[in-house]
This record gives sequence, C-alpha cells and structure tokens, in this order.
Amino acid sequence: MAGLSFLALRHQRSIRYLMRSAPMLPAVDLFEYQGKQFFKGYGMPVSDGEVAFSVDEAVAAAERLGTPVMVKAQVHTGGRGKAGGVKFAASVDDVQNHASNILGLDINGHIVRRLWIEKASDISEEYYASFTLDRSAKKHLGMLSAEGGVEIETVAAENPDAISKVLVDPAEGLTEEAARAWVEGANLNPAATDQAVEILRKLYVAYTEGDADLVEINPLILTPEGRVHVLDAKVTLDANAVFRHDDYAQYDETQPRDEREEAAHAKGLQYVGLAGSVGVIANGAGLAMSTVDVVNQVGGKPANFLDIGGGANAQVMANALEVINNDPDVRAIFINIFGGITRGEEVANGIIGALDAVDIEAPIVLRLDGTNAAEGREILAPHLNEKLVMEPTMLDAARRAVAMAAA
Amino acid sequence: MSIFVNSDTKVVYQGLTGSQGRYYGMLNRDYGTNVVAGTNPRKAGTDVEGVPVFANCTEAVAATGANASCIFIPAPGVFAAVMDAAEAGIEFVACITEGVPAHDEARFFNMLKRDYPHVRLLGPNCPGIITPGECNIGITAGHIAKPGGPVGIVSRSGTLTYQALYELQQKDIGVTTCVGIGGDPVPGTSFIDCLDAFEADPDTKAVMMIGEIGGSAEEEAAAFIKHHMSKPVSSYIAGVTAPPGKKMGHAGAIVSGGKGTAAAKMDALRDAGVRVGLNPTEAGELMAEIVAGL
Repeated sequence: MAGLSFLALRHQRSIRYLMRSAPMLPAVDLFEYQGKQFFKGYGMPVSDGEVAFSVDEAVAAAERLGTPVMVKAQVHTGGRGKAGGVKFAASVDDVQNHASNILGLDINGHIVRRLWIEKASDISEEYYASFTLDRSAKKHLGMLSAEGGVEIETVAAENPDAISKVLVDPAEGLTEEAARAWVEGANLNPAATDQAVEILRKLYVAYTEGDADLVEINPLILTPEGRVHVLDAKVTLDANAVFRHDDYAQYDETQPRDEREEAAHAKGLQYVGLAGSVGVIANGAGLAMSTVDVVNQVGGKPANFLDIGGGANAQVMANALEVINNDPDVRAIFINIFGGITRGEEVANGIIGALDAVDIEAPIVLRLDGTNAAEGREILAPHLNEKLVMEPTMLDAARRAVAMAAA
Repeated sequence: MSIFVNSDTKVVYQGLTGSQGRYYGMLNRDYGTNVVAGTNPRKAGTDVEGVPVFANCTEAVAATGANASCIFIPAPGVFAAVMDAAEAGIEFVACITEGVPAHDEARFFNMLKRDYPHVRLLGPNCPGIITPGECNIGITAGHIAKPGGPVGIVSRSGTLTYQALYELQQKDIGVTTCVGIGGDPVPGTSFIDCLDAFEADPDTKAVMMIGEIGGSAEEEAAAFIKHHMSKPVSSYIAGVTAPPGKKMGHAGAIVSGGKGTAAAKMDALRDAGVRVGLNPTEAGELMAEIVAGL
C-alpha cells in the first residue's frame, strides 16, 4: 500500500468517504477563511481579512486592510507553513511578492488558487483546541493544549499529558463548570482562562449547532495585550445535515474534485476516484468496498469506488457506466451486483437498458448473484459477447476483469 | 430461539404511509411479521392495506400492544420519531433511514441511555433485523435467509449482510437471527451488544461478523470475543485494500490512534481466535467449516 502514497489527496478524501457509511454524501471541508467566517457567525474572535484570487486582488485587499498582513494559501490540506504557503508581509510590496509566489504553489498535491489576506496578529502564546465525536465513547471529545501551533499528533505521541480532554454528553451539552475545569487542566496562561472558557463554549455551540464533524483551532493565540484570538480554523461539516443549513451549498461548490468525481457528483453517484485500470460498479457501499478488495487481491488496480445503491435500475446503471466510460484509464469494467429485494430480472433489464443508452468502450465483466440470479442470467445470456461477459462468482469476475484490463 | 425479535414481536411502522414504509412494511407482513400499526399524525384514523394508522406511537401501542417499531421517516424527522417510540414504551426500535445527521444520532443515543435505558435502538442507516421464519423488520430480503440456526450474523454493511445470508443459504446453513447494525458514526446497537446476546442464546452455536474499515468497533468487538465469548466466530472486514490516509483531520486521527484500518481490525480479530476471511465467500467457507465441526 505504501506505493500508493503519492496519491495523498485522493487517499485522504477517499478513506474518509469510505469510512463513513454509505450511501451518503461526503463530508464538506471548509477552507480556513470559510471556517473563520463560520466561527465568526457564532461570536468567536477572528481577524479581519479578504479572499484574493490574483496578485492584484491580494494587493488591493492589503491596501484596504492596512499592513502588516499575513498572506495565506487556502487549500484543503495541512503543512501549509512548511510548504511556504503562509507568509508575513510588512508592506504592500511584500504582499505582491508573496502572493505571486504562493498562487499556483503545489502543497501536497493541492494547487493554490486562492489566498486569504488577513491582518497580522502579535503572538505571545499558541494553543490548540478542537471538538470531534469520540465514536467509542459515543460522546463529544474536546481537546485543549498549551502546546499549540505544532502538529497535535506529535504532542499526543510525545507528551500526551499536555492535552487536556473533556468528554461532553451530547444530551447535556458543555456546562460552564465543565468548560472551566477542562481549561484549567490545560495549564494555559492564567490571563487566558476566562476568555478561553468563553471561546471554547462558543466553539462547542458552533460544532453542535453547525453540524460539524470536526472543529479545530490551531493556533488559538494569546496576544501580548492579553486577548485570546482564533488564528486558524479547520472545519469539516456533516453533509447529512444539509437540509437545515442553507449555507452548505456555498461550501460544497468549493470542494476539490477531479473531473471524474465532478461528473459523478453531478449525477448524484457515490464515487471516489482511484488510480487503476479496472472500473468498479457495485450496489451497496460494503459490496463496493469488497469489490475494490477482490480486484486488488487478484493483482489488479481499481480505477474507482462506485456505489449505485440497492436498486440498480437502468438509469442509475447508465449514469454509472457513463462516468466510468469517460475515465481514459479504464481498460475493463467490473459490475458486481447482489440482488436482495431487487430481483435478478430487474437488474438484468437495467444493465441491458444501460448498454443501449451508453456506448461503452471497455469490456464489461458482470457478476450477478442473489435473488433470482438464474432468471437474470438467462435474460442476459443472448446479449453476451466479447465485450460483455459473465462470471459466476466475485473472485472469478475480478480475475477476468483484471486479465482484460491487462490485455 | 433468537435474539431481540421473534414471532411474538408486534411492530408499528413509523412512516408506513410513505412509499418506502408501505413497500417494506407490506413485504415484512407478507413474510409473517406481526405488522400491527403505522403512524402518521396527518393520516391518523386511516389504514394501509388493513393496517391501522395512528397519530403517534403512544396511541398505536395503546390500541395494538406494539412492542417494536421500524422507522422509515425521512432523516429530518428521525430524532422526533425515535423519541416518540421511546415515550410510547416501545422496547425495540429499528431505524432504517439513512442520512441522519451525526449530531442527532449522538443526542438521541445518549438521551435514550439516560431517560429510556430499556430501549434497544438498531441503526440508523441499517437494513434491519431478521429472525428467519419468524420476524423480518426492515429491508432484508427474507427468502435468502434459511431459518433455524445454528449461526447468528451481525453486520455493519447492508449489501454484505445479504451476501452473508446468501453464502450460508447456499451451503444449507440456517440462521437464528441476522442483525444489521448499520455503519453510521453512532450506531444504537453495537457489535458487542449482538455478540453478547448471541453468546446467551442457546440456539446460536456460532457467529459470523461482517465489519468495515473506520472507527474502532471491530477492535472493541475483538476484545469482547477474546474475554467473553465461548462460541466460535468467523469474520470479514470490507475495505482491506482501501488506501490508507487520515480520517477527520488531526483530532480524528488521535481519537482512532492506530485503529481503523482493515489490517488492524483483522489482526485484533485473529488475536481473539476469530477466523477471518479475505472476502465474503471465504468468510462463508470458514463458517461452513466451523458449523461442520460443531
């Protein structure tokens, strides 16, 4: 698996997608500036700033804000500072210089297309704060550390006592007393305590009322004047809650997707792009993951994860085939359908309908099993040829598809 | 014998008047499930193919003696539906609905635990539960399950639950109860709840467990099996070859520690004496070997 690590971007998104149950929408990652606007809506102190898509816009923003400012790359990945994506600009000339260097920069496979120009802050101390769900405890976990501004994984590994934790019962919420005890356990500068309690209680409200999977501030700073202030924002929203948040649509628009993912997203398909040559279509997320597994196990490389859900009707199948057909790397397609409630005849007719609707280039290997599979196979039999073959089991079908992709 | 549901279970379908609720409610009734009531506050007093519809679960329970519910309400209404069932005194609630916000799940899970500790919630986002030949609640295709035992099934994935039932049926192996716990972040019923119940059920002699990558539920189940189960277990974890990566930013990575990958889960299960297949077919074959040796 280590050989696949160059696909950092896709991996990060696909693993998170796969780790949630399906069929579902992916989580929505916010850019730093969106996260700060999200926090600001819940009354948390953030710096003034403006988004810029060009050097000219960056300069104009800096002139309006007044220097010094920070020029910050907006990408959905960590390690921006190390990659040269975050710079201090004392003057407008500095802004011009940094903006032209940072725009277009490749940070972990993410190309910088937008900047956040923000009023610079003086820092005397840097803290870390976050909330996320502790799936084992089935409660919300708050983490706070006086050692902020660095990777919190490092702190957790080297000095776990430096992280103060609080488990919050979602039925009870975070009380003032619990928040204070949590903050006092983190050994922040005493001058920061009262403001930190207030900000972290607001952070909890933003996390719960905003339906976030994760809210993270790193760093939360104490300024020389004694103000506690949010200097960075990482927010991941739960796309399942979109029905009660009109603002999610604007964040969804800025999610990075490759062309294949964009096309699948537009058709409402649960698709994650991978880097192989065997296109995969299956009904149900577990079966789709399992299909990716067997393709790998027999020596192939899946081109994608695609779950068409339980029904497998002709229109959904046609959409799925169209998306896979447009992937130039796909050399063979493995359709893996297990009929539960949906009967084999319906699945077979769906596939035939889809093949009529889409002109498929790569050969297709089909495995159809489950309810009335025999009847379904009978319907498909007259349509079989060198471009559409059927195999009785998942493993046989995977081997055949991998062999065809290699041919 | 079976776990959680049997031929005495009387089920109210919350959302029976919707297209999904009606379709699966009637399929479940055809299977033999006691479908005694439906709920819909706007359609109280009507019926769906002879099944009376009530305004809420409390009225449905009073009129029919329902002791279980099945939720087909759209995601925005699931929170209220779960609490409606709990307030009515229903003890088993299967929530089929997918797409429920994680914060709603976390809230009603902990509210049930605090205020209605006798309620067992299954799901959300699960296929339901079937005790073959007796009671089928949810969207499982009943005819792919052979009644009678000796195997109990617990699964986090919908289609792989069917696959597991089918693999066993092809080998002429019966199932006591098959529970789809769903793969959402806060499942009402865990692997451990089911393993514990199967261990106590005299007719269940072996258990098949289907997991997925993500979270640490399989690792926790492995620890339970190691210390508390005498019955043999076979398993399959979907996502063996899913590419590695971070889950939910830094905080998520810390919560999960090294856990969450299929490799870690399979190692933990093997360490607990579980026989682990690399695909569903292999897990079925391993279970056939276990059953042959009983």
